[in-house]
Amino acid sequence: MQVIGLTKTFGSVTAVNAASFAVPVPQMVGIIGRSGAGKSTLLRMINHLTPATEGRIEIDGRDILSLRGRARHDWQRDCAMIFQQFNLVPRLDVLTNVMLGRLNRHGTLRSVLKMFSREDIGRALHALERLGIADQAMKRAEDLSGGQQQRVAIARALTQDPRMILADEPIASLDPMSAQIVMASLREIHERDGLTVICNLHTLDTARTYCDRVIGMRAGEIVFDGPAHAVTTDVARDIYGADESFDEGVTSTSLNDDPAQPEGVAYLRAARASA
Amino acid sequence: MTSLTFDPDQHAGIVALEQRRRLYSMLTIVVLVIILVAGYTQAESMNSGGFMKGMSQFFDYPGDVIEEAWAVGWAFWGIVWRFVPALVETLNIAATATILGGVFAAVFAFLSTRNLDVWPPLIPVSRRMMDIMRAFPELVLALFLIFVLGASSVPAVIAIAFHTVGALGKLFSEVNENIDRRPVEGLQAVGANWPKRMRFGVLPQVLPNYFSYFLLRFEINVRAAAILGYVGAGGLGAELLRTIGWGKGQETAALLLLLFASITIIDQVSGMIRRSLATGTLSGRRMMA
Repeated sequence: MQVIGLTKTFGSVTAVNAASFAVPVPQMVGIIGRSGAGKSTLLRMINHLTPATEGRIEIDGRDILSLRGRARHDWQRDCAMIFQQFNLVPRLDVLTNVMLGRLNRHGTLRSVLKMFSREDIGRALHALERLGIADQAMKRAEDLSGGQQQRVAIARALTQDPRMILADEPIASLDPMSAQIVMASLREIHERDGLTVICNLHTLDTARTYCDRVIGMRAGEIVFDGPAHAVTTDVARDIYGADESFDEGVTSTSLNDDPAQPEGVAYLRAARASA
Repeated sequence: MTSLTFDPDQHAGIVALEQRRRLYSMLTIVVLVIILVAGYTQAESMNSGGFMKGMSQFFDYPGDVIEEAWAVGWAFWGIVWRFVPALVETLNIAATATILGGVFAAVFAFLSTRNLDVWPPLIPVSRRMMDIMRAFPELVLALFLIFVLGASSVPAVIAIAFHTVGALGKLFSEVNENIDRRPVEGLQAVGANWPKRMRFGVLPQVLPNYFSYFLLRFEINVRAAAILGYVGAGGLGAELLRTIGWGKGQETAALLLLLFASITIIDQVSGMIRRSLATGTLSGRRMMA
């Protein structure tokens, strides 16, 4: 995937200014930056949720921003999106919510009559099992905790059978433990399924722990792009536009001092084994 | 500096404002009374009978009706039973019209709500169409349709359904306006087209409220269907017209009893269902999704 000169202006405000980067091989990319730096707008433009003002996004030589109608919906299916507020349908049960990831693959009439096949149910349950919450399948989405809801959202993304996953602040409204499980799940999907995962993050240590590569944004522009370990305190100060008093430890949500062994991974394995 | 002693002129501005408000309230009441008196005088002068003269006989007719019904004794219940088919016809007219009108109302509501990604020029068009449908009283529409289609319950169904589309559509559209957009956005990101987004992102959110308004409209439509019998649409109204005209007090009493009883029962039952929908205590609420 290649992003070339992607720009978004809202009136006189430039949210994203000529952002360019390439993801040649499946990677786990973390995008960091202050609130309002344009991280969300960037992801939403990739998924076509927000139309871009200028620029191109090329995949396999075709510009996906020029897609319209059916082709555009197919692209949205291919790049699954995960939201800070989960964006599930609260009154529907978990299983149906996950099956909604298949909506794009079915005809309108069949979908509207809620005719899901055995294969759809099987895929949805498999995805829920991978995230260790298959036992919640018949509950209403709104009755689950935030962390569980986000895992349902990831399961829905998996049933889309996507080529990449975009996650817009997936852990910003979660407690530290849930946050680790969610990040570990995304990491596992990246490693096992070989998908590119692009993730907007609030906290530096999360980006360092789970991502291969970090893109730093400030005031709509990409000011850093490099391997996660290259994000030093000086680089972070530059990205956040902060002075000497900046200390990432203050905002850290880490439960574990050893970044090589994120706790969430072990928890997820245990949850899956017991399910 | 504020003084601690009471000074009546300290807040003269606020006092003046408060007095002016009171004056406006008084003026409003005076205007309403004038309208009332003028309207009554006008109606009285156009009447052939005269309100005050009729007032003394006001309770004579109900008295006669009850007396005649009492005189029949136990056979009264037989009369009641004889009119049950008429009640069923009235309920049928109301139910068919409410279902028909409700379905179209839902369609119009979706096409007239701003935050549902509808093609914008379509919104004022569907809104004005609902306004027009709502503006037609059922009675006027039924009179017209009976003239064209002949006296049966079909014109009544069409007339009530037509009005229902406009009335329910507006309420449904207001429900739509208050939805949470996030599920819709989530489905948009999945690559779902508009019908799918509406079906799974919006419908589960609005259905309980829709159902509640639907039941309320059904109550109203039962009353409307009873009245339409008067202009030839069959059901309770047609029977009432006949019995009142022929002076059969016992039959009139039986019909009124049926009408009151059924409306009261529908009122109570739908009120119960709507309350439990609102509080979510009904175990069947899951199926609403």
